[in-house]
Amino acid sequence: MTAETATRTAPPPRAGARRRARLSGGTALGLGSAVLYLSLIVLIPLALVVWRSTDEGLGYFWRAVTTPDAWAALTLTIGASAIVALINLVLGTVIAWVLVRDRFPGKGIVDTLIDLPFALPTIVAGLVLLALYGPESPLGVNLAYSRAGVGLALLFVTLPFVVRTVQPVLIELDKDMEQAAASLGASPFQTFRRIVLPNLVPAMLSGTALAFTRAISEFGSIVLISGNLPFKTQVAAVNIFSQIEGDNTTGAAAISTVLLIVALVALVSLDLLQRWGSRRG
Amino acid sequence: MAKYGLRTIAVVYLFFLLVLPVGLIIWRTFGDGLAPFVEALTSPSALHAFRVTLVVALWAVVANTVFGVGAAILLVRHEFPGKRLLGAFIDLPMAVSPVVVGLALTLLYGRFSPVGGLLESWGLQIIFSTPGMVLATVFVALPLVVRSVVPVLEELGDEQEQAAHTLGASRFQTFLRITLPGIRSALAYGVVLCLARSLGEYGAVAVVSGRLVDQTQTLTLFVEERFQNFDQPAAFAAATALALLAVVALLLTRLLRPKD
Repeated sequence: MTAETATRTAPPPRAGARRRARLSGGTALGLGSAVLYLSLIVLIPLALVVWRSTDEGLGYFWRAVTTPDAWAALTLTIGASAIVALINLVLGTVIAWVLVRDRFPGKGIVDTLIDLPFALPTIVAGLVLLALYGPESPLGVNLAYSRAGVGLALLFVTLPFVVRTVQPVLIELDKDMEQAAASLGASPFQTFRRIVLPNLVPAMLSGTALAFTRAISEFGSIVLISGNLPFKTQVAAVNIFSQIEGDNTTGAAAISTVLLIVALVALVSLDLLQRWGSRRG
Repeated sequence: MAKYGLRTIAVVYLFFLLVLPVGLIIWRTFGDGLAPFVEALTSPSALHAFRVTLVVALWAVVANTVFGVGAAILLVRHEFPGKRLLGAFIDLPMAVSPVVVGLALTLLYGRFSPVGGLLESWGLQIIFSTPGMVLATVFVALPLVVRSVVPVLEELGDEQEQAAHTLGASRFQTFLRITLPGIRSALAYGVVLCLARSLGEYGAVAVVSGRLVDQTQTLTLFVEERFQNFDQPAAFAAATALALLAVVALLLTRLLRPKD
């Protein structure tokens, strides 16, 4: 994402680049290969999902999406993802703050640990959470087959997003303004609210949007801890999986299309947020 | 006061969300010594799953590395209409659920689709076989190498490449002698990320592999299948092996991460 902003704010191409108004042979060949590769692996398969979801008419699409269990799965997914994204918004910012502004022994280890959810296979994440918060929990906390368990798995896999978007902004932030505010008699809370927070908001919201998109598509970490109970803990990805297993491809494609649309809306909002952020910053 | 409060919140949250669960499973695996761990991982099914995982991950990493470097050079060094759109398409896999990836590939390459049927008549089975699993893994890990290399390539600029070019170096020589050494550590960072993602992919592979034990079962599928069949020691052992690989990858990325 940062790379994208960098491209956008890059200076206009130099004269050498502009002279090649018509594509040179190398560019055309490279572009052709890249587009072909992307088409065969990503674009055509995804287009087929959307096409398949409506090949029996829009009425069928709508009925597939609004069957009670599919609808319950979709609302649970979007609701749980929104709550998880909000928890990340607060706790992710707190963690980023502690990692940048606080000093304590072992901080480097904590900083490295943040990326663990990205590196750990999702099925392993689900299994470790089930080991600690399942029926055989040594803590006596059993969240297996409950919505709280789904939320826990989502919190685990989305942890790095807000931390890793807020952290660099906080590092860059000049302390002079905060010191000025403090010397003018602002309380620490006032300084945070009036000086620090406005600078962090774009990054916080970007991280939250990324966490939300990740949460709505999550499958591996949820499949074990949710127990796949329709109407209770079945999320959209698990519902799609059961429909594929049950050979109901059109139904699976319909739910998939809804997920793709929701992710697209979230990413477009993220893009708008980043432009808003770069205009302000 | 507030300082200690925030520190406590952050540390306690991370402890209960990350450290304790991962620590517990490692403790459970090694609680009875190393022998049960080794035994669980050297069963024929586990060894087969290891092999399948390695084959799929290696092909996927090779494909994504070649594509990743090529696409990054294209995005940074070349001008063409629709550049931002290409960038968006490359990022698209991040937003797609692994299960949807599996469904999408099945719709194009499955036995009952025109393309899949044609390929199968030529004796090339994609879905429920290794090629499909490679495709699924390539899909989910697609942006990682590109996005690691692009910022470094932008930072490097193309003065040195142009100098090499004026001195008579061919395109390939320039790439090998100038560009590649410049992006070396960023490329390694991207490759490690890609490898970690490939070894750990579960959802997309679960759909396209058909989950055939001893045939298309990867290590992640082995973890799930063993757990569902109440063979907890094997599931925990394989999960711990994957977790240790993840920790190694994490430490490697820490070393290779471009300094900002």
